Amino acid sequence: MAKLRDALLPAQLRKVAKPGSGGVPKEQAPADLKTSPPKRQTELERIAEKAKEAPIDTAAWLDQRLGASGFLNGMLFRKVPKGTNWFYTLGSATLIAFIVQAVTGVFLAMFYTPSATQAYASISHINNEVPLGQFVHGMHKWGASVMVILIFLHMGRVFFFGAYKYPRELNWVIGVVLLILTMTMAFTGYLLPFDQRSFWASIVGININGTGPIVGPYLSDFLRAGPEFGATTLARFYAIHMLLLPAAIIALIGAHLYLVVKLGTTAPPWVKAEPPKVATPVAELEAGAENGHVNGYERTDGGDGTGGTPA
Amino acid sequence: MKPKDKQSYLEEYELLKKKGKPFFPYAVMKDSTMALIVVAVIIVMSLVLGAEQGPKVDPTTTTYVPRPDWYFFFLFELLRVIKPPELVPIATIGIPTICMVLLLLLPFYDRRPERRPERRPLATTAGCLTIAAMAYLTFLGATGGSPTEVDMKVAPQYEAGKEVVAGSGCLACHKLGENGNNGPGPELTHIGARIPRAAILRSLEIGPGIMPSFRELPPKKLNELADFLSSLH
Repeated sequence: MAKLRDALLPAQLRKVAKPGSGGVPKEQAPADLKTSPPKRQTELERIAEKAKEAPIDTAAWLDQRLGASGFLNGMLFRKVPKGTNWFYTLGSATLIAFIVQAVTGVFLAMFYTPSATQAYASISHINNEVPLGQFVHGMHKWGASVMVILIFLHMGRVFFFGAYKYPRELNWVIGVVLLILTMTMAFTGYLLPFDQRSFWASIVGININGTGPIVGPYLSDFLRAGPEFGATTLARFYAIHMLLLPAAIIALIGAHLYLVVKLGTTAPPWVKAEPPKVATPVAELEAGAENGHVNGYERTDGGDGTGGTPA
Repeated sequence: MKPKDKQSYLEEYELLKKKGKPFFPYAVMKDSTMALIVVAVIIVMSLVLGAEQGPKVDPTTTTYVPRPDWYFFFLFELLRVIKPPELVPIATIGIPTICMVLLLLLPFYDRRPERRPERRPLATTAGCLTIAAMAYLTFLGATGGSPTEVDMKVAPQYEAGKEVVAGSGCLACHKLGENGNNGPGPELTHIGARIPRAAILRSLEIGPGIMPSFRELPPKKLNELADFLSSLH
């Protein structure tokens, strides 16, 4: 296990091992041979030895082909700024709520029929006959509310902490688009149980879209799949809810997380790197900025998450 | 933000990061704890609240409640605040669109380097007011019921039409005397004095604006409904 840990640690913290050599520095072998004469290994011991090497061999084999260890190290062991607190868990909490929606949604899709004549009966079947059906349906239904609450709380944190400012403007924009897509997801999902409440609410919702200037009528016709609410409306909502929006949301979450890792999360705005009394005079800071050194540290490293090194 | 401000922010941020802890295991621990709480809350809500099915879809129904899920109440209630018909598009599409654009472009018009909420009085006040407004509208939506009874005296020949009104969810959006919600739809208390019977009937059939169409109602009920409404002076 120690060898496996070595393989996963950042490069500067572990002993260098050539790829494919099983993680054991080669020069150690002769030294061992000198101090202790070679014992005759039984077949069993050799297999046990090989088994011990297996995880490290596998990790090295994969890393040679994927080159993922650098990325994983940068991501896992990157430093989060001083003062990071529980408010910073709201984004990942929203992601977890989305994952719950995705997983429960897949199971619901296995039993749901998106046809105007059979949708209601298939929901009854899920609720009453499928093992744990109502439980999974309930998780999907209430998970939607939880996700909407969390996404607003996350946005509130980013807003009041001023975290949308330079250099994270684009991630704010992606986040707002994700908020809109999540609300659209909630709107299209509401029709799928196809009971009275969802049916009439969707009609009013579509009519509301229809009152918009210029594009309104086209938008409501698109949502209804025609001028009248009909059998194809349900199929259209289903396709938007199941295919279009999840794909868009997953892609944007990927972009959102990429920028989070690349730019780093903010510190709470009231946390300062140093107490004010020993703050560096501005003139010195500027001079330091020019020759690439500030307070004895090298300047930033392009934001790849590894941090600068002490000069 | 001036280049100097950007530079000093990046420098300050580098220092903060150096003084921070590694993402794994410190932040991962907090995130995992939060994840467990979120999943537990969803499971408990599912077990306690369930996922009951409502009555089956029936376009010819006379009992339905056209209500969105709670997180759309703030949009729906906006329609009750802004009522004149010519302003309806402003409430339905205009204000939400403007809010979305303002939200989307926030980092491009708020470019000052200050991040502490107490030193950004304008942004903090606007944020708090927005939250308060959304909370208030959501509360209104949650407490505004959908009455299914009309408590008023009418001549015997209009009794049947009154029952259709009570059972068709009209009061979810219309006010009728002391009954029903005041909006998004116009008040019906004196509708007969304002609009002739034929126009009422046509409105019921086409469903103007955001109102759903009632053309699937049996003709008898539709006529009783029109009789009752046109009698309201």
